Amino acid sequence: MTTPALAIETSGLTKRFGDMAAVDGIDLAVPVGSVFGFLGPNGSGKTTTIRVLLGLINASEGSWQVLGRSMPDAARDVLPDVGALIEGPAFYPWLTGRQNLVRFDAAGPDAQRSTRRQRIDDALARVGLTAVANKKVRAYSFGMRQRLGLAMALLRPRQLLILDEPTNGMDPQGTREIRNLTKELAAEGATVFLSSHLLSEVEQICSHVAVMSLGKLLAQGTIAELQAAGGTKLRVETDDAALAAQILERLGLAELTVDGTTVLARLDGHRPEDCNRELVMAGVGVRSLSAIHPTLEDTFVALTGEGFDVAR
Amino acid sequence: MLLAELATLFRRLRVKVLLGVLAAIPAALALAVYLSGGPSSGRGPTFLDQVSHNGMFAALAGLTVAIPFFLPLVVAVVSGDAIAGEANLGTLRYLLTRPSGRTRLLATKAATVAVFCLAATVAVALGGLIAGVILFPIGKVVTLSGTTISLLEGIARTFAAAGIVAASLLGLASIGLFVSTLTDAPVGAMAATAGFAVLSAVLDNVPQTRAIHPWLFTHHWLAFGDLLRSPVRWTDIVADLRLQLGYIAVFATMAWARFSTKDVLA
Ligand SMILES: Nc1ncnc2c1ncn2[C@@H]1O[C@H](COP(=O)(O)OP(=O)(O)O)[C@@H](O)[C@H]1O
Ligand SMILES: [Mg+2]
Repeated sequence: MTTPALAIETSGLTKRFGDMAAVDGIDLAVPVGSVFGFLGPNGSGKTTTIRVLLGLINASEGSWQVLGRSMPDAARDVLPDVGALIEGPAFYPWLTGRQNLVRFDAAGPDAQRSTRRQRIDDALARVGLTAVANKKVRAYSFGMRQRLGLAMALLRPRQLLILDEPTNGMDPQGTREIRNLTKELAAEGATVFLSSHLLSEVEQICSHVAVMSLGKLLAQGTIAELQAAGGTKLRVETDDAALAAQILERLGLAELTVDGTTVLARLDGHRPEDCNRELVMAGVGVRSLSAIHPTLEDTFVALTGEGFDVAR
Repeated sequence: MLLAELATLFRRLRVKVLLGVLAAIPAALALAVYLSGGPSSGRGPTFLDQVSHNGMFAALAGLTVAIPFFLPLVVAVVSGDAIAGEANLGTLRYLLTRPSGRTRLLATKAATVAVFCLAATVAVALGGLIAGVILFPIGKVVTLSGTTISLLEGIARTFAAAGIVAASLLGLASIGLFVSTLTDAPVGAMAATAGFAVLSAVLDNVPQTRAIHPWLFTHHWLAFGDLLRSPVRWTDIVADLRLQLGYIAVFATMAWARFSTKDVLA
């Protein structure tokens, strides 16, 4: 079997609830081995996408592949290699943490009973729940349930982890631990698909990012690609802003704005040093000139247009 | 998977309580007979007047008392919860992405509910038997036909009766399973299922609907008593089992049709 290049690939994936397209024709491409941040404000369609990917809900249109296999037909073969956390953890409150893991492990098509105990112990240790493994889940805090959910996703070696807002409701300590765990998993070779409405929680660990808004996929790529798409800007401080703007415009720079003694413009591949030479030769007194790289957050806000608010 | 499913069900406090109450029903009945001293007027439920002669009959009296109301209620609670309860907890999405397979999960649920039906009727029989043995003399069993059979055979027939009652409940259980695939609210599914049991029992008691009486799943619910005739009269029991099979076929198919294509949004 050849290894596919993409862990997740969708084409024109659409899910409608009545008239509203919660997911609207998205073409996702998640490279194998990436840590892929799936970003978007609340209500932008992230969880719906994940539910479709995992075969929980039917797509209205489009097709998708997971680990190189067509879904949902190949669900039985593919899903054992996929660990998932979907819209928060869910357990039987009257069972202990360990009993819950046994129950879910036994529910699969590939029970592997002989290794179960060891796998459960390892997963519990990995998320730091060994001490409370025999307590009823009823008595778990939300953070502990979230950890147990991660333990469930780690019950067997996975090629792909789909984690829907894994840090939701976690304290900063837990958030940090999840970040480290994600890095570990990625280092072990798993592809991690991580959804979040908080850019700050994923930008440090992701190699790739996709941005959703109102069901549409606005952009995707490596972090560097996305930043470049956001557009590096040129900032010039001068006492003759009007003339500077005129010259920059002639050079072909777009989105010029003049504010007092400051001129801003999109560089679009122009070299700042060339701009500087032209300005000086035209007699503009340049006090300072710099290229400003947008943060990923600027890009995110620019793309979604609404920052972190609920979209609808 | 079935074992894990059964373990999950029977570890639940609610289920333990229900089984305990079921066992307590015939025990309470036996105690009432004991305290009132001697045989009742003979107007009570079938088998009740025999309890003071032979404690074994407490089990059968218990089944007779529990079948019209408490057993269907309990079966409605467990079958209505089967899928809707998992949806409500959110565990359904994790079972399905494990993946357990929709058809396989539904089949496991159906088997579990069936096992529960048997556990429920056996709980009644056991509770009655234990209370009967403690409170009353036991010995050779006089059948409804007036003949005498050994105590051992009597007990065997009592548990066979529990089995028949469990099978009689399977039609209702499959209705419950189907309703359970329609909603994410387990209480609604339980109530609707119990509602069907009530409706069927009411229709069965209205003369105007005589034409459909043989098709009501509650119609033969007391047929198990025929096991205590000598020779056993099978006509009603067989009619009952056949009817239950029909209900199972219809509602299990509908449950499958619904569940295998359903959007799991909970
Ligand atoms: N079961 C449903 N019925 C109708 N609309 C839904 C349902 N589930 C989600 N939606 C809508 O779909 C949109 C996307 O939701 P969701 O995928 O949960 O977003 P996110 O996970 O990005 O916060 C939202 O507008 C939400 O209201
Ligand atoms: Mg979500």
